[in-house]
Amino acid sequence: MVQNKNSYTQWPNEKGYFGDFGGRYVSETLMPLIEEVEKEYNSLRNDSKFQKEFDYYLKNYVGRPSPLFFAKRITENLGGAKIYFKRDELNHTGAHKINNCMGQILLARRMGKKRIIAETGAGQHGVATATVCALFGLPCIIYMGEKDIERQSPNVFRMKLLGAEIKSVSNGSKSLKDAMNEALRDWVTNVQNTFYIIGTAAGPHPYPSMVRDFQSVIGKEVRSQIIAQENKLPDLLIACIGGGSNALGLFYDFLDDKEVKMLAVEAAGLGLSSGKHAASLSGGKPGVLHGNKTYLLQNQDGQIEEAHSISAGLDYPGIGPEHSFLFEQKRVKYVSATDEEALDAFKYCCKTEGIIPALEPAHALAALIKIAPKMSKNEIIVMNMCGRGDKDIFTVADALKIKI
Amino acid sequence: MSDRIKKIFEDNSKKLVTFVTGGDPDYTTSKEILDQIIEKEADIIEIGMPFSDPMADGPTIQLASKRAIDNGTNLETIFKICNHIREKNFSIPIVLMGYYNVILHYGIKNFVDKIDSIGIDGLIIVDLQPEEDQELYDSLRSKNIDLIRLITPNTTSKRLSTITNQASGFLYYVTITGITGQKSADIQELKKIIPNIREYSKLPIIAGFGIKDKKDVTEICKTTDGVVIGSSIVKIIENNLNNKRKMMSEISSFIEELKKGTK
Repeated sequence: MVQNKNSYTQWPNEKGYFGDFGGRYVSETLMPLIEEVEKEYNSLRNDSKFQKEFDYYLKNYVGRPSPLFFAKRITENLGGAKIYFKRDELNHTGAHKINNCMGQILLARRMGKKRIIAETGAGQHGVATATVCALFGLPCIIYMGEKDIERQSPNVFRMKLLGAEIKSVSNGSKSLKDAMNEALRDWVTNVQNTFYIIGTAAGPHPYPSMVRDFQSVIGKEVRSQIIAQENKLPDLLIACIGGGSNALGLFYDFLDDKEVKMLAVEAAGLGLSSGKHAASLSGGKPGVLHGNKTYLLQNQDGQIEEAHSISAGLDYPGIGPEHSFLFEQKRVKYVSATDEEALDAFKYCCKTEGIIPALEPAHALAALIKIAPKMSKNEIIVMNMCGRGDKDIFTVADALKIKI
Repeated sequence: MSDRIKKIFEDNSKKLVTFVTGGDPDYTTSKEILDQIIEKEADIIEIGMPFSDPMADGPTIQLASKRAIDNGTNLETIFKICNHIREKNFSIPIVLMGYYNVILHYGIKNFVDKIDSIGIDGLIIVDLQPEEDQELYDSLRSKNIDLIRLITPNTTSKRLSTITNQASGFLYYVTITGITGQKSADIQELKKIIPNIREYSKLPIIAGFGIKDKKDVTEICKTTDGVVIGSSIVKIIENNLNNKRKMMSEISSFIEELKKGTK
């Protein structure tokens, strides 16, 4: 395919960079493995047989395409732009995560790998990984921070039912970043037989672009769905970001459509000025962690700081490198929502549309609630409802001081 | 190549390289530990620059990094420790080891100027491979400081030529696929791979990871030009946090023992 030099979709370059961000910063032990993943992925991405297999499982197992739902009551209530939800929470396993897991496990199988590892924060990626492992009969080891095991117990139980082994990570902040450290330590120790399914569009090249490619099905579907329903492209896309895979999944297909604006919502935790947040772009600086150069929360000595968010899935001190690039290019606008705003949006969504959102997209909804009334009635917003909230009911009850 | 590193490899004796995390368990004790190690005639001193997310390290060095950071260790502390060593000993090579973010955050130029002024001889950055290290490499080269590269059992022959192409000082052979302080060195594999590496480079080869005692040292030195011992020393620190005197005497006799293993 000939690519336009000014296209946002020309990235990454052959070294895995999106502008200044990305690359491959790992120990030597991992280099041969990652080169192998890159080589195999490059040969598969243009292989129609692989694409057919991927599409088959997305359709018949994941349940794609996910609906694009006109949120009429919220639209009327906010009194501005027309609001659509991309219902990726209706996917099998309850979030967008499975799109990527399906792609990566098919790749792992092609590479003859016999053991799968993954990290998880909210547990959605862990559940999706455990699910595809059960589907293909591969042993699955999930690294999860001790703190997340506690606050996402329903997902821990689901992973166990699916046959995964859960390894509790008790060092550092006991959450997603530390789970990723442990998964990387596992991978350097088991180099022969293991494939690491990274859950977000981050990590050493080619993971950021590979995960993005597998998730880009979201935006592709939105394009044809919105054309069918409205006969025009959306004016604004909104998604939450931790690592940023659901946002890239939605945005990617529209990056070169200049008229489509994009808004990504980071987790502001207790507020950006509190120091207890997970907003890497709003509150961080470029650095190197987990295999890529990107914006990171770090202190004056270059030590990575602990993130905070009520949403375990956004509780990560970094962000995928393509987002750092889109941020500096100003192609996507990055804002944030606090725990409290997300909780309010969570409750609002339940009662107004009968959808219990995960706390992650509740952050996107919080930003939507602010911006939609300022837009005109003939403008269209598509928000990625990237996960359902069943896993979060205990966290929410706790935050609202309600006894279940 | 750094003159001190060049000089130490001029004779054919096997070298004992020690690793401890700088600032572990605290600034003062860390200096005393290094004094002790140097007194017992370690040949090269490796000092870890602690990082919050040491992905290549096992629990022992993870804990050491955490102790050091919790006690306020940063690069300035590490520089003070190195100054302390350099004031007492002009000839022993000092190598700093760590992760890239800490250096990147300090600024590559600032960092290299600083370590040059102190008299540091080499740098090992665990998460920085030749594909990404050009800027740092050029900067270090202009100051005659070695960027020491790692080779692992699964390094391919194509990568071996990339790695050895611009390597200087010595080569660091990681004896296992894994993290520090866990598996034991794979000696059979090492015996096969070291002669192969020598086809690519004339630099001395030092082996590290999974080398735990005098017996390992003797065995591995039959093939390599020396060994690195890290976690086993750090473990002594961890086990004696409440008894500094015992910590020092155990480290002292352990280094003495290891040194005998190189003979």
